[in-house]
Amino acid sequence: MKKEPRNLAALLESASATVQPMTLKLGIHKPTVVAIALGALLLASAAWAEEKKVNLGVSIPAATHGWTAGIVYWAGQAKKDLEKEHPGLKITVKTAGSPAEQANQLQDLLTATKIDTLVVLPFESAPLTKPVAQLKSKGVYVTVVDRGLTDTSAQDAYVAGDNRTFAKISGEYLAKALNGKGDIVVLRGIPTTIDNERIEGFESVMKTYPDIKILDAKYGNWNRDDAFRVMQDYLTRFKHIDAVWTGDDDMSIGVLKAIDQAKRNDIKIVLGGAASKGMIKTLIDGNNPLIQANVTYSPKMIYDAVKMTAEARLKGEKLPPTYLIPSVLVTKENAKEFYFPDSPF
Amino acid sequence: MQQEPIKQDRAEAPTQDPAWRVAGRWLARLHAIGPVVGLVLLCVAGTLLNPDFATFGNAMNVLTRTAFIGIIAVGMCFVIISGGIDLSVGSMAALIAGCVILLMNRLGLAGLSPVAAVTFGMAFALILGALFGLAHGLLITGGRIEPFIVTLGTLGIYRAYLTYLAQGGAIQLDNVLSDVYSPVFYGSLLAIPIPVLVFAVVAVIGGVILNRTAYGRYVQAIGSNEQVARYAAVDVDRIKVITYMLLGACVGIATLLYVPRLGSASPTTGLLWELEAIAAVIVGGTSLKGGAGSIAGTVIGAILLSVISNILNLTNIISVYLNAAVQGFVIIIVAFLQRKRK
Repeated sequence: MKKEPRNLAALLESASATVQPMTLKLGIHKPTVVAIALGALLLASAAWAEEKKVNLGVSIPAATHGWTAGIVYWAGQAKKDLEKEHPGLKITVKTAGSPAEQANQLQDLLTATKIDTLVVLPFESAPLTKPVAQLKSKGVYVTVVDRGLTDTSAQDAYVAGDNRTFAKISGEYLAKALNGKGDIVVLRGIPTTIDNERIEGFESVMKTYPDIKILDAKYGNWNRDDAFRVMQDYLTRFKHIDAVWTGDDDMSIGVLKAIDQAKRNDIKIVLGGAASKGMIKTLIDGNNPLIQANVTYSPKMIYDAVKMTAEARLKGEKLPPTYLIPSVLVTKENAKEFYFPDSPF
Repeated sequence: MQQEPIKQDRAEAPTQDPAWRVAGRWLARLHAIGPVVGLVLLCVAGTLLNPDFATFGNAMNVLTRTAFIGIIAVGMCFVIISGGIDLSVGSMAALIAGCVILLMNRLGLAGLSPVAAVTFGMAFALILGALFGLAHGLLITGGRIEPFIVTLGTLGIYRAYLTYLAQGGAIQLDNVLSDVYSPVFYGSLLAIPIPVLVFAVVAVIGGVILNRTAYGRYVQAIGSNEQVARYAAVDVDRIKVITYMLLGACVGIATLLYVPRLGSASPTTGLLWELEAIAAVIVGGTSLKGGAGSIAGTVIGAILLSVISNILNLTNIISVYLNAAVQGFVIIIVAFLQRKRK
């Protein structure tokens, strides 16, 4: 990030270097006029320095499931809104289907698009750490979103959803809704750091409620079909369940279908997460008694990350090294604020 | 060369009378006995670990979820016996599901009665499946491209188009249509869920075609030795195209059972179904080299695979991190049992 001021200084130097011979050539007739004109020019470029040009690249995974589809959508929205707002800003969005493809795209963004700022949501943490570090060493300002790199010196800023808080809010809500007593089954996601942080956060809350029992926590892979199967087997295995925590609205859909099919009415709450538009709609309409709340872990975080990065860079400022986007409990009362009907998620 | 047929004696499919020589029957039985032993052992283990395993409800759950893979595996069995392979079935199922939902929604909006819209959609699933199969068959026979490559290509193509249609999210079936359609998955006849009945019918028809028709014999002959089949005036290309179309139609059937379950298609629909279907066929005693195979074995193979994950869900003795490993061990052990008995 030191590159920008240095460039500006170089610009000013070369500008003043050309000023000298020019004024000399123009003679003494109108030196003041020229000086004023040049001064005005310099002032103008100083004003430009306030709102500089930023060439920003956004590198994200392709839309392979609901949440990443939301990421792609919100990245597009960020490009649309911010480019309109800031004429000096150019945003290039690239989606990748695999870590290798994303690494190649990062190189292209540097060499072909010549970006000076990067917002990246790494496909996987480890394989993309080196490629991102490469860009940073070439002077690109790097903001990493959601999935942290294995070497944090490869990033300037880190913007992410807060998985522990997400899980804690979910846990506290369920504990309160159950009056501190009951049997809960959990569906986990895909074995990842994100999933581990969530289950740890959730379990740490439940430890403070001795009368709440987590019956089991199996992987549903953030996938409707797998969640349906796992829930069917939970229903076979446990004769009494008070609440289900999936932490994911896609999985909740499979869970609800399985409960419907089994015609079980002991379950009082199914708590999903990430605030998909379908579930928020259900919450607003209030047409499913099992759906009473949601917790945000919104793909809109990419929008916030791009906005924060772009606006800071336009002013030549830097972001705080870590910024956690807090999760929020959504209930019927505030659900409207989280309903984005145009988003695919 | 040819393997004698195996009858539907062990699976949930209704038995049909084997009118074959006794010797042939025993030979076939021996061939199929590996997977059967594996399945029986698994069921005993499951019951010991959790008595709920042996309930009627759980059995129906397992068979219902086996239906998708099982139906596809029946079609896959033909393709593999003929010496081919199809890697695209999971993606194909996803794309068909997406297209069918979009069509039904359109027809519903166009003012067609929900029942008519759903019926058209179901017919469309079958036609689309057969057409995809036709495309595979023509590329493989006429285009002379390896089936592995053709279907690896379409695997990517189908899923990408589904993802594109869904914009990465999910394609949802309209609620009214969903209510009309849902009995196809959730309904039952004489306490047997519809998908299980359909699975049984498909398996029986598959068995009859494979063992009792000239076409079935040709399929086995081609897989056994394509050149000899050609010299014997078998229209190899036509037979091969038909096997891929049959598989496509099976994928269509599986899809029209799948759609009413969740009323949606998303990029995770049908993920890895191809591997499960191929595994069911091979675990069931069909050689990946082709030439011989059995529908009954395939059915048992498919059930076996879903019983494993069912048992793992019903118990807590193994770390969730190791679930996939258990599946792997069981597959290898069953394949080993089946080889020894050959």
